[in-house]
Amino acid sequence: MIPEIGHFAIVMAMVMAVVQAVVPLAGAALMNGRWMAVARPAAYGQFGFLLFAFICLAASFVGNDFTVAYVAQNSNTLLPLGYKISAVWGGHEGSLLLWALVLGGWTAAVALWSRHLPGVVAARVLGVMGLVAIGFISFLLFTSNPFDRVLPDFPPDGSDLNPLLQDFGLIVHPPMLYMGYVGFSVAFAFAIAGLLGGRLDSAWARWSRPWTTVAWCFLTIGIALGSWWAYYELGWGGWWFWDPVENASFMPWLAGTALMHSLAVTEKRGVFKAWTVLLAILAFSLSLLGTFLVRSGVLTSVHAFAADPERGYFVLVFLVLMVGGSLLLFLLRAPVLKSESRFDLYSREMFLLCNNVILICATGLVLVGTLYPILFDVLGWGKISIGPPYFNTVFVPISLLLLVFTGIGPLVNWKRHQMALLKRTLLQALVIALSLGALALWLFDAGWDWIAFLALSVCLWVVWITLTEALRKIRTAKAGFIAGVRRLSLSYWGMVIAHIGIAVTVAGITMTSTFDVERDVRMAAGDRVNIGPYVFVFDGVREIRGPNFQSTEGVVNVLHGDEQIATLRPEKRRYFVRRDVMTEAAIDPGFTRDLYVALGEPLQDGSWAVRVYYKPYMRWVWGGGMIMALGGFIALSDRRYRLQIRSRVAGAASSLAGGKA
Amino acid sequence: MSLNKWLLFSLPLIGFALLVYFFGRAIGSDPSILPSTRIDQPLPAFQLPTLEDPARTVTATDIKGPLLLNVWATWCPSCIVEHPVLVALSREGIRMVGLNYKDEPQAARQYLAIHGNPFELNIADVKGDFGLDLGVYGAPESYLIDAAGKIRYRHVGVITEDVWRTLLWPKWQEMGGTHPGPAAGDDSQKGGA
Repeated sequence: MIPEIGHFAIVMAMVMAVVQAVVPLAGAALMNGRWMAVARPAAYGQFGFLLFAFICLAASFVGNDFTVAYVAQNSNTLLPLGYKISAVWGGHEGSLLLWALVLGGWTAAVALWSRHLPGVVAARVLGVMGLVAIGFISFLLFTSNPFDRVLPDFPPDGSDLNPLLQDFGLIVHPPMLYMGYVGFSVAFAFAIAGLLGGRLDSAWARWSRPWTTVAWCFLTIGIALGSWWAYYELGWGGWWFWDPVENASFMPWLAGTALMHSLAVTEKRGVFKAWTVLLAILAFSLSLLGTFLVRSGVLTSVHAFAADPERGYFVLVFLVLMVGGSLLLFLLRAPVLKSESRFDLYSREMFLLCNNVILICATGLVLVGTLYPILFDVLGWGKISIGPPYFNTVFVPISLLLLVFTGIGPLVNWKRHQMALLKRTLLQALVIALSLGALALWLFDAGWDWIAFLALSVCLWVVWITLTEALRKIRTAKAGFIAGVRRLSLSYWGMVIAHIGIAVTVAGITMTSTFDVERDVRMAAGDRVNIGPYVFVFDGVREIRGPNFQSTEGVVNVLHGDEQIATLRPEKRRYFVRRDVMTEAAIDPGFTRDLYVALGEPLQDGSWAVRVYYKPYMRWVWGGGMIMALGGFIALSDRRYRLQIRSRVAGAASSLAGGKA
Repeated sequence: MSLNKWLLFSLPLIGFALLVYFFGRAIGSDPSILPSTRIDQPLPAFQLPTLEDPARTVTATDIKGPLLLNVWATWCPSCIVEHPVLVALSREGIRMVGLNYKDEPQAARQYLAIHGNPFELNIADVKGDFGLDLGVYGAPESYLIDAAGKIRYRHVGVITEDVWRTLLWPKWQEMGGTHPGPAAGDDSQKGGA
């Protein structure tokens, strides 16, 4: 009974989404206040029904209802309860339901926190989000119903969740990622609402900014979690594979980063309007593209769901309607937008534009690399694949260039800057960054590497400039340190923290990819292997049993000098139902290094193949991501978004409301 | 409104239209289906060293089935996912030859030492020339080769137990491959076929 109720709830959510899309948009076009007012209740209703459907699916998992095909494919009576719940989004249908639910959540949040918006704007924004929801809910209903039953011959037990997904990382990674992906739908809806209304000004940018930043923060956390998951779960020590699905999450991140910066310019200076709108459309379109790539089967990937051309065509049609429609609207409305102010060549506007161009170039490079196999195939040039070498070659220079501008941007004034003054500051920073970079490499004492030197120097450049500029601003306030810190806005501090975060991530990537050490050794009990100051002593293996697997656990003691610092227990698990053998790596994490041990195959003489890694500054890669997200959240709590919205917007709003539909 | 401005603003739409055209074609041509010209043809000619012993070379005429030719590389995360299934199949008597594609031989040998080696021998295609002739779309990818050395079937992507049971096992039987039974259960029913 529960699955039927869940299915019915999805149907009801669909009805709500149609109402939420059609009535308010028509109301906005006809200036009918009553119709516009339908948006909010419809949004709450849609979210409520989706949440109910989601709970129904979770209940089917918990209750081991193997008559439901999706449950039978992704669960098993032996599966621990926590994984039964996370298995809800472990396959195509359930993760799509999660997508729709998260979209419903964002819609409800917009409905709740849009009281300060003029009614017509709120109606249009919620209406556009309703259109997006119609697409996803119909995708669920028509091609991917998670509540389909297998009757009467249902399996006595489920075929279990893919062991790769039986893991804490997978519980949290997809929801975070979807919060980010789907969050860009809000910026998208604001952009489309602005285009429909014909007015895109500072007020519009100010409304879009906090939503964009929240989505970006979640996406940052989601990507970092995904990378961390790949690192410990695939047992290979890699943390980024340039896999199509990773790229699908990375492209919206790059475009979203560009969007955040462009929105800042549009809010403060009233310029780059068309560009900002285009970026808002682009960021969400890339999220949709990711969905298409993962679920249509045009690319093969470790994350890809089963290929199904019918689903591929469905998403493609949806993509055409949504993205094609938006770009057409952009073509019709955007060319008449006028800048509200002028700026010089040396101005913050210009440097932020450089930042945008670099980020979009980076997005394009990832897009080309991801779609290259498809293009080659369709053009009949043969079927090929390009791997990580392409991405590494093109991405290192462009990200270093981006960091150079990350350093300069915040130094430069809006509108006009005296270049002579700036040159001195920059030259000083350059010398300091290069010497600190060289010093850091010398202290690390693992040999000289030019690329590592350049990359570290660029990171130090960003940190040095950002911090000295913040200090200078505190001093100018002449109110003492603490008061000076308080004087600067939270959005400024958010920027400072986020910029330091990106430097930390790049520094981590540089160190770990340049100086990691890996050893593959044959070890019998009592054998030892040295990496630098660390000694790994193999104490043999023992058998242990988990809830749904049998495992061989190796015991490796790690010594630093004579002192034992860790006992690592890498495992080789054999899952009962799927008969998959999984390698569970054991990791001793640390601020300056990770020690990573994976158990290989048993060898004839009773010894084992063991893979030992030393990965310097590995945690910095994800730590930087967390710092970036923290910066975003701090910027969000700025007073401007909490208080001034009500008062200041009122004036701008009345003019916006006057715009013709 | 100047014409140039309209053209500039229509660029995103034009770019998107091109992308959609490619996607439409890509869905139509399922990557897991080999262009029909290769089916029932012998392997393209090649002469490459083996991974195990670089001094020894293999040619197309050495590859006589029935066997499964698997394209893999250490840079391919999906291959790690697929590997345990291959090991299980080889234990059940399926003959396999590896095509180590655009890879570092040293890393590849270590990989096999860690994860187990299901292959009779591995062709080291460091530059990817043979892969290109064969029409390799990406790793992992697998080909069924019959006793005469002809390609009988191609599968793109990970071989799971499901894929083996539903897609490859029937083809394997068709081309006269013998082994006790499919990897996942049902041995008694299908084994005699």
